[in-house]
Amino acid sequence: MTVAVFFGCSFIAFGPAFALFIFTIARDPLRVIILIAGAFFWLLSLLLSSLVWFIAMKASNDKDQQLQRGLLIFGVMFSVLLQEVFRFAYYKLLRKASEGLAALSEDERSPISVQQMAYVAGLGFGIMSGAFSMINILADSLGPGIVGIHGESQYYFLTSAFMTMAVTLLHTFWGVVFFDGCENRRWWVIAVVVALHLLVSGLTFLNPIYEGSLPPAYVILVSMAVWSFFSCGGSLQNIQQFLTCRKNDAGSEVAS
Amino acid sequence: MNTSDSEEELCNERTSLMTGSPPISSYHVETGLPSSMDTQTKRRRPVTNQSNNRETHHEGVSTERDSTADSEDEELSLKYGAKHVIMLFVPVTLCMIVVIATIKSVSFYTEKGGQLIYTPFTEDTTSVGQRLLNSVLNTLIMISVIVVMTIFLVVLYKYRCYKFIHGWLILSSLMLLFWFSFLYLGEVFKTYNVAMDYPTLALVIWNFGAVGMVCIHWKGPLQLQQAYLIVISALMALVFIKYLPEWSAWVILGAISVYDLIAVLCPKGPLRMLVETAQERNEPIFPALIYSSAMIWMVGMTEQSAVQQPSHQERNSDEEVGQSHHDNTEDNRNVVVPETEVHGTQSRTSSAEELEEERGIKLGLGDFIFYSVLVGKASATASGDWNTTLACFVAILIGLCLTLLLLAIFKKALPALPISITFGLVFYFSTDNLVRPFMDNLATHQFYI
Repeated sequence: MTVAVFFGCSFIAFGPAFALFIFTIARDPLRVIILIAGAFFWLLSLLLSSLVWFIAMKASNDKDQQLQRGLLIFGVMFSVLLQEVFRFAYYKLLRKASEGLAALSEDERSPISVQQMAYVAGLGFGIMSGAFSMINILADSLGPGIVGIHGESQYYFLTSAFMTMAVTLLHTFWGVVFFDGCENRRWWVIAVVVALHLLVSGLTFLNPIYEGSLPPAYVILVSMAVWSFFSCGGSLQNIQQFLTCRKNDAGSEVAS
Repeated sequence: MNTSDSEEELCNERTSLMTGSPPISSYHVETGLPSSMDTQTKRRRPVTNQSNNRETHHEGVSTERDSTADSEDEELSLKYGAKHVIMLFVPVTLCMIVVIATIKSVSFYTEKGGQLIYTPFTEDTTSVGQRLLNSVLNTLIMISVIVVMTIFLVVLYKYRCYKFIHGWLILSSLMLLFWFSFLYLGEVFKTYNVAMDYPTLALVIWNFGAVGMVCIHWKGPLQLQQAYLIVISALMALVFIKYLPEWSAWVILGAISVYDLIAVLCPKGPLRMLVETAQERNEPIFPALIYSSAMIWMVGMTEQSAVQQPSHQERNSDEEVGQSHHDNTEDNRNVVVPETEVHGTQSRTSSAEELEEERGIKLGLGDFIFYSVLVGKASATASGDWNTTLACFVAILIGLCLTLLLLAIFKKALPALPISITFGLVFYFSTDNLVRPFMDNLATHQFYI
């Protein structure tokens, strides 16, 4: 509950996303707009899912703790599904926009590729998701209080920060893979993304047994990173060339 | 607390604001070469319509371009389209950040300190119905005052009473730059318990105000002018946040977007008449009270001096009239104007040499103020705190984006308040009532969605 905790947790939670934003998105206005529109779409999905949860909650018995917990779990699952639906809707919108942009330019090329849009859209989703999860907690960490005074975990802020970072980056990678799956009509990819999202959210039901939720989330994060890297054209050769600073003529990186 | 004093000042301020510059709630596309614009429009219209009704971003359309556009120009215009949006995102974001930071740290602006004379009905009533009625009455009074002032202003403009208008603008910006910033500084010092002596304070305020007056009404570096405009809008928004009672504020925000829509789009609307009068006279629409995001530099004017004579004079008169008077809150509403391309397009078509040219976009300061009022009220009164503020922020930015897209499609005066304020209000109420309990419960159990 000190300034150190505040800064530490905010850097843990938002550091990677902020760095990605500064280095790859901030310079290009089109990407900034796609990012903010992605955040808006995530917000819409959250709105609808909380509406559903709210109705279910109000229609049920307030006092029954088990029921309320069950409803919350249902709310989480429904929200995950709705987020993926909105991700698909955003993909459709971006495809049409890309076609429009390509039609307007003389050489029939859109100024931004689908992979770039996928990355930016995923990051938009991730930033908004992370912000909504973490900002209130960060604001509370500045004020007075004792963590876990009723016997809960001491590491609430730290684990929240790590989980937020994982979720933000996961959304980015899911965005890349999802759009790639939609582009190439590989529906199993979409199913896997949805399943993984459900899995990660489901693992958080094990909190505060953090061993059950954080390490698996990070394992999934690393595997998603590898998968998205290969799905957008990366290869071991690319990495080799990057590490040895050799010129790369066939690479198709996501961020320019 | 000197409530009555500041209220009177505010009333004077608001009166002066009201009779100041005209409300300009419009996007206005100024084009220098009608012929080139037409050909361009004809050429691009089918493409534009087809592509734009699918996009949320407006990159597809550029407003002024050469009739001899090549592929690079096409790409450039697309980038310009997105660039214009970012040029507006940044100042709007900055203004909102200033307002939110102040609201969260300086408690003065969230304390009840009385009400303005324009909202005489109190909201401290016993029943909900009475409170609602009072807020609706407050709104009616406020909106009718605004309408009267707008019409008065349009009349003044029509009968060319420029001196009157300028005097009023100077008076109101004096008030804002000196008096309100003095109050603001005082409250900040109180919050952080900073000891300050009057001579230092006088020096600081004098410098701040004098440089502000020069920058805004005469000449100054563009970024300094923009910074002053943002600060001025934030100050005005803070005043509104403090002195408007809660329910009245929301109803007023809603009502003013409806008024904006009517005033700009209806054929007999005052703002539309203002825009058309300004267009007839070939004058820029009140450079005062407008945030301008870029300047036009001219290189190599001598060759085309004959052609550019009128535009050059216009530009001079621009500078004489002076830039931006922001105090007029309701009046200087949403003008988003792509910067006068008169010079730009002419020089581009006629000269072969490289011209340094930066096209910009203009937005009325009233827009800044009302966006910031919405976000500031959201952060001051919402129990969901930061989530609600963030949601309203994103909603307003998306609304601005959509409005600019519509501007690119329709290429005529459009109000900038309705879409953003509607989104902002919808997201405020839904986030505060629906999302907040959901996220709170999730955070309690540490579930992640």
